[in-house]
Order: sequence, then structure tokens, then C-alpha cells
Amino acid sequence: MAEVKKVATRVSYGEALVELGNEHDDFVVLDADLAAATQTGKFKTAHPERFYDAGIAESNLMGLAAGIATTGRVAFASTFAMFAAGRAYEQVRNSIGYPHLNVKIGATHAGISVGEDGATHQCCEDIALMRTIPGMTVVVPADDVEARACVRAAYEFEGPVYMRFGRLATPVINDHEDYEFKIGRGVVVREGSDVTIVACGLMVAEALAAAEALAADGIDAEVINMHTIKPLDERLVVASAKKTGRVVTAEEHSIIGGLGEAVASVLAEQHPVPMRRVGVRDVYGESGPAVDLLHKYGLDADGIEAAVRSVL
Amino acid sequence: MTNQELAKVANEVRKGVVTAVHAAKSGHPGGSLGAADIMTYLYFEEMNIDPADPHKADRDRFVLSKGHAAPGLYSVLANRGYFPVEELETLRHIGSRLQGHPNMNDTPGIDMSTGSLGQGISAAVGMALAAKHWGDSYRVYTLLGDGECEEGQVWEAAMFAGNHALDNLVAVVDHNGLQIDGTIDEVNSAMPLADKFRAFKWHVIELADGNDMAQIEAAFAEAREVTGAPVAIIAETVKGKGVSFMENQVGWHGKAPNDEQFEQAMAELAAAGEEL
Repeated sequence: MAEVKKVATRVSYGEALVELGNEHDDFVVLDADLAAATQTGKFKTAHPERFYDAGIAESNLMGLAAGIATTGRVAFASTFAMFAAGRAYEQVRNSIGYPHLNVKIGATHAGISVGEDGATHQCCEDIALMRTIPGMTVVVPADDVEARACVRAAYEFEGPVYMRFGRLATPVINDHEDYEFKIGRGVVVREGSDVTIVACGLMVAEALAAAEALAADGIDAEVINMHTIKPLDERLVVASAKKTGRVVTAEEHSIIGGLGEAVASVLAEQHPVPMRRVGVRDVYGESGPAVDLLHKYGLDADGIEAAVRSVL
Repeated sequence: MTNQELAKVANEVRKGVVTAVHAAKSGHPGGSLGAADIMTYLYFEEMNIDPADPHKADRDRFVLSKGHAAPGLYSVLANRGYFPVEELETLRHIGSRLQGHPNMNDTPGIDMSTGSLGQGISAAVGMALAAKHWGDSYRVYTLLGDGECEEGQVWEAAMFAGNHALDNLVAVVDHNGLQIDGTIDEVNSAMPLADKFRAFKWHVIELADGNDMAQIEAAFAEAREVTGAPVAIIAETVKGKGVSFMENQVGWHGKAPNDEQFEQAMAELAAAGEEL
């Protein structure tokens, strides 16, 4: 079997910003002393005059971005998810969300796959926080290809966007010619009839692996890459649930307030079916190698497979 | 305009503040009255703005970082012609363009939505940075409360503006010495403010009487001459200025006058207008 290409979506983010910067000069990139980690350092190297470092001051980072955006330009504001969505939540809500400004938040190091840094830096609540803000678009790209497409789409999009990127290198699954990214439109990456797995971020590749394992037992799983958590592609969720009658969600995020609850809300109102949610089960993470942590917390193909079997 | 004419306008602005807060039965008259002269000067004399074209690209920007002084700003905008003065009576009513705190998408002339303290100055710094970055000529003004300076974000913003030498930015601190829970000293003083801004590489102007048009004019004139640093104007003001029973009273931070108090306040302001 050929070696699977793996790229961390934070790297995709940094490289996509550089490419965007080669084409447009009506945006700036801001960071908060994490440029090397968030990969905006790549943009800083390529376009140093268009990069600003707010230092370790995330509240002001968001305010600066908001102020810049009032002038009709775009500001990308980057830091770890913990600080973007957590520490600066209220700045994002009141200074960016309420006036509906064109700030694109590039939040990296999301989820438990941060690894060794441990619980303080493993943000598993950011999707929940961001999707409560009226008018906020929340995107969790599944791989390198999608992360790049998402940066470009966010730049062209009118309004605030929260983009969630990971630290861990993960499989590239969308590197085919007919791949198309559209904010708010989920993608069926595997058709099936017995159960629907709705996943986002690095869990999409895991869901595909789980589907292959289940296929060996004659279980035909449909896999949806739900890269946009908000606005959620409700029609796709309901249509697939009607077809399969069983739904499992999979996300590297708390089961509270994330993709799982978003899908559950839609189904509860429109087409209730038996459901399982794979995610972080209301606990903090811990230090350790990312892949081992993902396995320990059930955030991998094994965990998804077990959830599917429990709902059939 | 002459300073006397400006003082007359500020007096009309005060009438609008009292009228709006009375009609709303809530709101913040104290800070609005105290900062009325400074905001009047900005919109009638200092800033490059056009009420007929509130979004013109090269306009100077104003961010009311102490967003609760919205009645003051609304009254200035109305008196300047951004919208009818009569509309001030809709303050805080359902469906009104005049929200309890400013919303840039609702109200003509509002450059940034504010209200959560400490955030407005960051946006103002962002605007000033954008002007420098893209070579725009506009200047940015922001008004902070002295109590607001207890917010850490104020100093994050000050640090950035100083380090980037944003000399197109003027932050006025409305230093009236009072906040909701008591005097600044009783609560948790951020004094001395001048030294703090200087430490963050700002040029500081200490405005001894922020309710005196001649002194306000001199402060903003000095600010225009400053290069290589943002400017902080620490303005000593009287909270509640112009309404005798509201002046220097903590209790009038966020309280509306009843009908009787409204009549008295308007009578005092009418008398003050006659004298000017």
C-alpha cells in the first residue's frame, strides 16, 4: 500500500495565505506571538509588510482585526483555538460578530491532537463557542486540500468566518480533480445505505477508515464530510438520515455544542433517528503523543466503528 | 465656529442627552453630559466628516470606547445633522436605531459598535493601523472612560499603538473620577494615567478643563502637531456637567431623571443657553 500523504491543516493555512497574498493586497495577517506555530510565519516571510504581530494580547488582536475590517479590507487574525475562541470570545462576539465585520479567524492547534502541551492548550470547546455567535460562519476543513480552499473561500466570503485548523499532520483525502469546496455545503465522500457518519476535520479520514472496516462485515456506511458546522447543511443531513435511518457524528471536539449537537438538533426537529456522538466526552485532555491521545479518547476509526455498531 | 458658538451647541447637545435618557427611562446621563463638550468639538470643529455622506472613505473616525455615553454621541450626531433631533426620544426603544450602546450598522455616523469596555480603543488602533498601512489620510479619535482604563485590553491596545507610533490616533480619556461602584480611588484606581500612557510611548496632553472649549481646542491643536507617537489627552471633566443635581454624583452614572427632574434639568440648560 502506498504511503498516505499527510499534511497538518495549519501548514495548509500558512501556505494558502501566502498564495492569496500573491494575488491580493487588500488584506493583512495578524498573529499573537505564535506565527511559527500557526504557520502565519510563512506569510510573514513572503509578505513581511502585510504582517502584524499583536504580541501576547489576544483581546487586542481581535479588536485590531475588527478596526481594520471597518475600513472595507479583510483581516486574518490567528492564534491557537484556545485563545481565539476561548480567551477572546467576548471580543469576537462584540467587536467582530455584532457589527458583522470581515474578520477571518484562523484558529490553529484545535482539539486534543495538540498532543504534549496538554489540557490547557487542547481546545475542545471552540466550535460550541463560535457557533453561538449570530452570523458567524464556522468551518472545520478535513485536510490540506480543503483547508486551502477554505482560506480562499473565507477571503471571498462577506462576514466573519472562524476557521479551525489542526497541529497534527493528517491524511490528504480530497486530492482529486472534481473536488469542490463551498461554504455551507457538506460533501458525501462515501455513499452507503445502512448508517450515516457525519464527520468534520481529521475525523473525516477516520470515518472513511471505519467505513472500510465496517464494509468487511457487510455494513454499508455513508460518510459525510461536514466541513461547515455553521451554517449546517441541514438538507443533506436529513436526506441521508432518511436514507440510512441511523446517524453517527464524529468530531475532535466536545460532544457538547459541536457538530454532534448541531446534527442532533436538526434531526430531532426534522427527522429523528437513532444517533451516537463520537467526541470528547465532557472531559479535559492530557499530555501525550497526539495519535495515542486520539485513540485513548475514542477519536479514531476504532471509536467510530464501535459507535456505529452500537447504533445498528 | 467660535468657542462660544461651540459651547452653545454643546448646551443643545446636553438638552438632547437629558431628553433622550428621560424618554428612555434608562441610560447614562452622567458621562454623556461630562463628555458633551469634547464630542461636540470633535464633530463640529475637529473632524473631517460629512453628515450627508456618513461612510465617505476619507472621513476621520470616532470610536466611543466608553459606549455607554451613547446618548451624548447620539445627541451630537443629531445636532450635527446625521439624523433628526426628534429621533433622540426613541433611545433604547424597541425598533429604534438608537440602541443602548452604539451599533455601527444601525445608526448613521457610528464608526464602530461599542459598549463592552476596553474594546473600542482596540478597534480605533486597528483603524489607525489600516490608515498607515494603506496610506489613507484620515485620523482616528476615540473616547475612553477613566474607569474603563481598569480593563486590561486598554493597555494591550496602548502597547500596540505606541510600538507602531500611530500618530494618526488620538485617545481622549474622560477623567471624571467616578465609576458605577464609587469613586475611581475607592474602586480600583488605574491612576496615574498620564504616566502609564507615556510608559507605552504615547504623547500625553493633560487637559485641565475638559468642559472648556478654548482648552479643548488647544489640546486637539497640539495633538495635530505630534508626530511619531499616538496622543492621549487626559481630560479632566465634571460628570453630569450642566445639570446641577447630576454633577459629580456617582448615582447619576446610569439613571434616568423622573419628570420633575427632567423639567428642572431642562430649565437649567435653557437658562445656561440664554447666558451663552
